Amino acid sequence: MNESTTMIAFQDVQKYYGDYHALRGITAEIRAGEFFSLLGPSGCGKTTLLRTIAGFEGISSGAVMIDGRNMAGVPANKRPTNMVFQSYAIFPHLSVGENVGFGLRRAGLSKDDLAKRVGAALEMVGLSGFGSRAAHALSGGQRQRVALARALILKPKVLLLDAPLSALDKKMREQMQVELIRLQRQVGITFILVTHDQEEALVMSDRIAVMFEGEIAQLADPETLYRRPNSKRVADFIGTMNFLPAKVVSEQGGKIEVEANGFGRITLDAEQAAAAASGDAVVVGFRPETLTVLFDGQTASDRESMATIEEVVYFGDMTYYDVKIDGTETPIRISMRNVFGRPVLDIGDRTRVAWAPGALVLFR
Amino acid sequence: MKGGWFKVYTLVYLLFLYAPIIILPMFAFNDATVIAFPLTGFSIRWFEAMLVQPTLGRAVANSLEIAVTSAILSTIFGVFVARASTRYRFPMKTGLMGLIMLPLVLPEIIVAVSLLVVLLGLGINLSKFTVILGHVLICTPFTIAILSSAFQSLDQSLEEAAYDLGESAASTFRLIILPLVMPGIISSLLISFTISLDEFIIAFFLAGTEPTLPVYIFSQFRFPQAVPVIMALGTVLVCLSIVLLTIAEYFRRRGIAKSGGKDTGGFL
Repeated sequence: MNESTTMIAFQDVQKYYGDYHALRGITAEIRAGEFFSLLGPSGCGKTTLLRTIAGFEGISSGAVMIDGRNMAGVPANKRPTNMVFQSYAIFPHLSVGENVGFGLRRAGLSKDDLAKRVGAALEMVGLSGFGSRAAHALSGGQRQRVALARALILKPKVLLLDAPLSALDKKMREQMQVELIRLQRQVGITFILVTHDQEEALVMSDRIAVMFEGEIAQLADPETLYRRPNSKRVADFIGTMNFLPAKVVSEQGGKIEVEANGFGRITLDAEQAAAAASGDAVVVGFRPETLTVLFDGQTASDRESMATIEEVVYFGDMTYYDVKIDGTETPIRISMRNVFGRPVLDIGDRTRVAWAPGALVLFR
Repeated sequence: MKGGWFKVYTLVYLLFLYAPIIILPMFAFNDATVIAFPLTGFSIRWFEAMLVQPTLGRAVANSLEIAVTSAILSTIFGVFVARASTRYRFPMKTGLMGLIMLPLVLPEIIVAVSLLVVLLGLGINLSKFTVILGHVLICTPFTIAILSSAFQSLDQSLEEAAYDLGESAASTFRLIILPLVMPGIISSLLISFTISLDEFIIAFFLAGTEPTLPVYIFSQFRFPQAVPVIMALGTVLVCLSIVLLTIAEYFRRRGIAKSGGKDTGGFL
């Protein structure tokens, strides 16, 4: 499928519930064939936005376009979208096969053709031979698959997934994540996933829209979101980030120099230069894994600071150190992969910390 | 003796509850006209006498007609109200629901007298129809209560899923909602049927020349020789009630099993 064609376009979508402003001018495009996630805390409007695509929610102003067609006035049962609901919404009085074939009821297929289509859909989700089972006897993961098969059998242009993995346990969830990615590549349909789980969004998506209070805060691919979040809020929501107050010392030729306590002067990339002017008080942020606790004899190619270890959290494969860099007030978190034979440091130990200026992100 | 007094209490309780009902068939099959011990001998003549009473037949027919009609009408109203109250938000909802449920606690005699006054004032002749009006009025709160819980336990995304898969609102109702609330509809029909069948006060006031079974039974107590026949009739009614309840329970459990729900409540 052509990557660059637009499947869904939101044009300044506004939604009010009475006085409550649920969607505040959403403008975004979702490409055909991509795995797109709407990520945000509960109440940020991500589910509402998804439901405006499905046609379950009207919009107060603006436009929702699907494949170039304005969806205003098109009811949910006439839209080229299908949804996998959070509760799966498996019809409890029907068998698995009847559930999966429900949407084909009106297609006027012969009994054989219908059975063939249902069988193929069940096979696609790994439930071959489950057709005659009672739907209510299924496990959570199986319900999930039935819901997927039921939605995909109609070959929609867009598959909408409303937090479908949130009810599963951790192991099942991770397994389904992988299967969903595989399925999406296989069918090539545009998938739009609503989730509050940032890890899930990072793992599965081609692109992610991070939403807060009815607005898209940032829309980018997972790597950009993680490495170059455009606000402290996005940075905090996606993974963990340390923040330090800093001051812009100089700004010249697309380069920017800031000074942060304990870190000294840092020159940052040109791409971030637009974010601040000389003399501004700013915040620099960095991910826990971009810092390294140096052990005796190790040298760093990057810059170094001295620090005291305040807290040690041991995870088996990882150790989290909360360290206080000399000259700073608040401890920062460093995550280190544990290496066999290397000791885990203790609280109170003095250590050197290495960090790369390129990993720092500047926030206003 | 652990729990000894509790056992005694339970026994006395059950005895108090069921002894009068056990007495019914005893005297129904007793040979004597007078309702007193000792029993004189086995006979089925009261059942035979019951079968040849034309007024009794009429009363039974009237009662069935009224009960079936009232059950169907009040269940239909109940479906409308339950659907509206669980699915939609509208102004004054709490107040309106309270008003609709009020006949549940209003003294029936007040309802009966006011209905009589209104109907006579409107110049409507008393008939089976007026009894049905009264019975629908008192049955509907019960059907709403039963059906609301059926509609409430329905996951709204089931409807949305059917709609999303291309069905219209009407076919969604027929294919998804109706089958899933069917156990509720059946118990609503049975409860309102039972309420209407043994309702006395409204039927007594509004029946005119078409007495229902309870009204007929009450009127027969004026004649001592008719009492054993009433006993026989009572025996038949008790048996029918048990059968009806068993059927209702069967459908309720099957409905729950079919949709994979957990069995909470019910009669048996």
